Amino acid sequence: MEKIIKDAVVRFSGDSGDGMQLTGTLFSDAGALSGHGISTFPDYPSEIRAPQGTVAGVSGFQVHLGSRKMATPGDKCDALVAMNPAALKANTRWLKRDSTIIVDADAFTDKEFRKAGFVDNDPIGELGLTDYNIVMCHITTMTRDALDGLGLDNKSAARCKNMFALGICLYLYNIPLDHTLSYISRKFKGAMVEANSRVLNAGYNFAANNHLFANTYDVPKATLEKGTYRTINGNQATAWGLIAAAEKSGRPLFCGSYPITPATVILEELAKRRDLGVKTVQAEDEIAGICTAIGAAFAGNFAVTTTSGPGLSLKSEAMGLAVMTELPLVIVDVQRGGPSTGLPTKTEQSDLLQALYGRNGEAPMVVVAASTPSDCFHYAFWAGKIAMERMTPVLLLTDGFIANGSEPWRVPSLGDYPSIAPPIVSELKDEIYFCYDRDPEAFARTWAIPGTTGLEHRIGGLEKDKRIGCVSHDPANHAEMTRLRAEKVARVADFLPVQELLGDAEGDLLVVGWGGTRGHLQTAVEEMCARGKRVSLCHFNWINPLPRGVEEIFGRFKRIVVCELNMGQFAGYLRMNLPQFTYEQCNKVQGLPFTVDELCKCFESYV
Amino acid sequence: MSNCIYSAADFRSDQEVKWCPGCGDHAVLSSMQNALAQIASEDGVPREKFAVVSGIGCSSRFPYYVRTYGFHGIHGRAAAIATGVKVANPELNVWVATGDGDALAIGGNHFIHAVRRNVDMSMVLFNNEIYGLTKGQYSPTTKIGKVTKTSPFGTVEKPFKPGELAIGAGGTFFARSVDAEVKLTQELLVAAARHRGMAVVETLVNCVIFNDKTHAAYAGDKATRVENTIVLRHGERMVFGSAGDRGLALDGQRLRVVDSDSPDVLVHDAHSPNPMVHFLLAGMSWPEFPVALGIIRQVDAPTYDAEVARQVEEVRSAATLCDVDSLLHSGSVWEV
Repeated sequence: MEKIIKDAVVRFSGDSGDGMQLTGTLFSDAGALSGHGISTFPDYPSEIRAPQGTVAGVSGFQVHLGSRKMATPGDKCDALVAMNPAALKANTRWLKRDSTIIVDADAFTDKEFRKAGFVDNDPIGELGLTDYNIVMCHITTMTRDALDGLGLDNKSAARCKNMFALGICLYLYNIPLDHTLSYISRKFKGAMVEANSRVLNAGYNFAANNHLFANTYDVPKATLEKGTYRTINGNQATAWGLIAAAEKSGRPLFCGSYPITPATVILEELAKRRDLGVKTVQAEDEIAGICTAIGAAFAGNFAVTTTSGPGLSLKSEAMGLAVMTELPLVIVDVQRGGPSTGLPTKTEQSDLLQALYGRNGEAPMVVVAASTPSDCFHYAFWAGKIAMERMTPVLLLTDGFIANGSEPWRVPSLGDYPSIAPPIVSELKDEIYFCYDRDPEAFARTWAIPGTTGLEHRIGGLEKDKRIGCVSHDPANHAEMTRLRAEKVARVADFLPVQELLGDAEGDLLVVGWGGTRGHLQTAVEEMCARGKRVSLCHFNWINPLPRGVEEIFGRFKRIVVCELNMGQFAGYLRMNLPQFTYEQCNKVQGLPFTVDELCKCFESYV
Repeated sequence: MSNCIYSAADFRSDQEVKWCPGCGDHAVLSSMQNALAQIASEDGVPREKFAVVSGIGCSSRFPYYVRTYGFHGIHGRAAAIATGVKVANPELNVWVATGDGDALAIGGNHFIHAVRRNVDMSMVLFNNEIYGLTKGQYSPTTKIGKVTKTSPFGTVEKPFKPGELAIGAGGTFFARSVDAEVKLTQELLVAAARHRGMAVVETLVNCVIFNDKTHAAYAGDKATRVENTIVLRHGERMVFGSAGDRGLALDGQRLRVVDSDSPDVLVHDAHSPNPMVHFLLAGMSWPEFPVALGIIRQVDAPTYDAEVARQVEEVRSAATLCDVDSLLHSGSVWEV
């Protein structure tokens, strides 16, 4: 029987080597192509291949499929694929009461139970899942059968079993196979094309013919704005937004970086784009990453460096150099769990204060935060525009959740984006070049690119004379330069849109968030409104400077609760900047995104 | 190409030079200004095409004193900053001014990787075997046993020889001079600039305040230098001494000082791809050996910046994408 539902959450889980990230990606792509709203959440360990069969080695990928634009990957799942007992154990907490669990019966052996740390031979009982709808399928055996006659060795054959599970899920949610089959024919080679196609079909047909499920589900297509769509993750969108800013400015893009989880994909994406003239230097360390970028900025390129928390710590001194030399530079920090090495593959928002203040001296910097996988494009573009037009380093914060998460994105046209006009000087106007003379409004200094006749000048990390830019130890000059650097950053607010408010302009509770929590906060606020509560959302992307209009918004609500994935860094920042308001806090530091459910519980306590 | 004739004065900035009187850096600055004028005039490189990058330390004030584009960076990072300058703008003639602490201690990692990548730039490494700007602490090139403020009982660590490090990192150009040998320094700086790739020129400089006479035993005055150093020239026999009576020969896998009339005296082959002899020459210490000056190693190899530029051009010319709009519409897209 076919049942119509408005959304479904499907979670694929298995060993790190089982190909669950690919399976989840293919499922979400197929869903997106058949017109659904999608939001994804890859959840994987930092080890590449932890011991096979253990809970530590479980890799998961959650997909939220719906009949509208999906704001979150969903709290808990309607269907779980568990390729082994460890995967079942690791994901029990993500199950809804009435969820369907698809397990590979071939992996349910005594040996696998031991590896997953079960004490007896009844994992279902031990996990308290007896009442759940558990579908035991001999996935490994049926995969092998489907491959009969192809002459594949056991290892290659076993590698196809994820396609069997995918076939089952595509059937369960009534999603056509054609997209996945076309992917297989493009990405696999030789016998593996036939092998994976066969197994995918076998899984689909098995589910169809054996009446495994009481129902199949039909999620109606989402009504989306007309246009060209693609699936994009946050890191890719960040990389492309930077390339877009380079194109609009006419400055070549230079990226100096060092690989670090979860930011590496930005460097990888940029390295692919030699075709668009992008230069990447994989530096010897984080410091060299930013220093090559600063050199490139001095030499006239649009320079960026990309990193995550520990790398940001290493870059601190050089960020101060970029502040002092007033060169355009974008620093991208894809936040992860900290401190120290922390939780490399998990998400957190705990680098905020480091981004704002983690430098010696008075070293103000523009700080921007993206909030969804696709809007990383938008904010990376704007980070570039501000950096180049205002001659300042800009720090763009994303996080592991939006960096790895993906969603369908209506592709913009670059024509809809504004121009970028850096203050480049091409000839000497006075008797000497005053490299620290400023624009009277924006306070940006000019950019004289080495190679330009007559504008030879010398800059560096020592305090600058406020006009000539030569070294100055004059006390009054230092005070004035300190003020000018701060004022330059503050004046970026003139350039920004006023703060946005979602929901009614007044009410009982104002939910405040920033960055990558937006999808969860928005969904939770909508849920509260559906319950008849007077709750609105004020979500921040512009962190320093804060946009105009914040005070007016805050003043119209009885209570304000600041929600963030740290111990209260943005709440503290607001207390410092807008001390006239009282801020409640809702914090989580588990390396995981909020769930809508826990947010609603928190909001209920304030209204 | 510019056809201007430049003089050293064209490369003097308006900034007052603030090194101590008697500091060896003054002589190197003078050699550098002469070298830049020579390159600018002879090779047609206009002044605005030069960029000088430095780190932190006495010698790293260098860019302020040279009337070109200049960038005074942070401690140890000059090689990394300069790499960015050169890759971003390969038309520039890029220089790095650095010291033994800046390049080999805090910046050791950037030093070896800039050398390994063979970025087309020239580095002047002022080696005074001490931290001067922080007032007299031992550096990675300080001679073992030296009493300094942070080694009141003498250092107990073996120093680097910059040449060994550069050659060990796969360097394509290494030369050495002495502050007082202004003509030789100028000659080596010009050769460094003309070398396609990373050229390291170590200058042995005297710090009158915190490490006076550290090089004096072999490089103190003209007569001492003639006796105790050897100026290597490609294709010439390796002989030295006031009477030209001594020479260098190979004894198995090590060098040996022999009579200059010995048939074993080596002929300097700076262009040999095999770095073995260059490594031995760079490592020679007084009093067992003369200290080697001149170009010790100079070999051809592809440069990093040119390879990056070549790859960009190659990929671009075969590309199907032409701009961001085409990128956004590439791959798997669908219409709603």
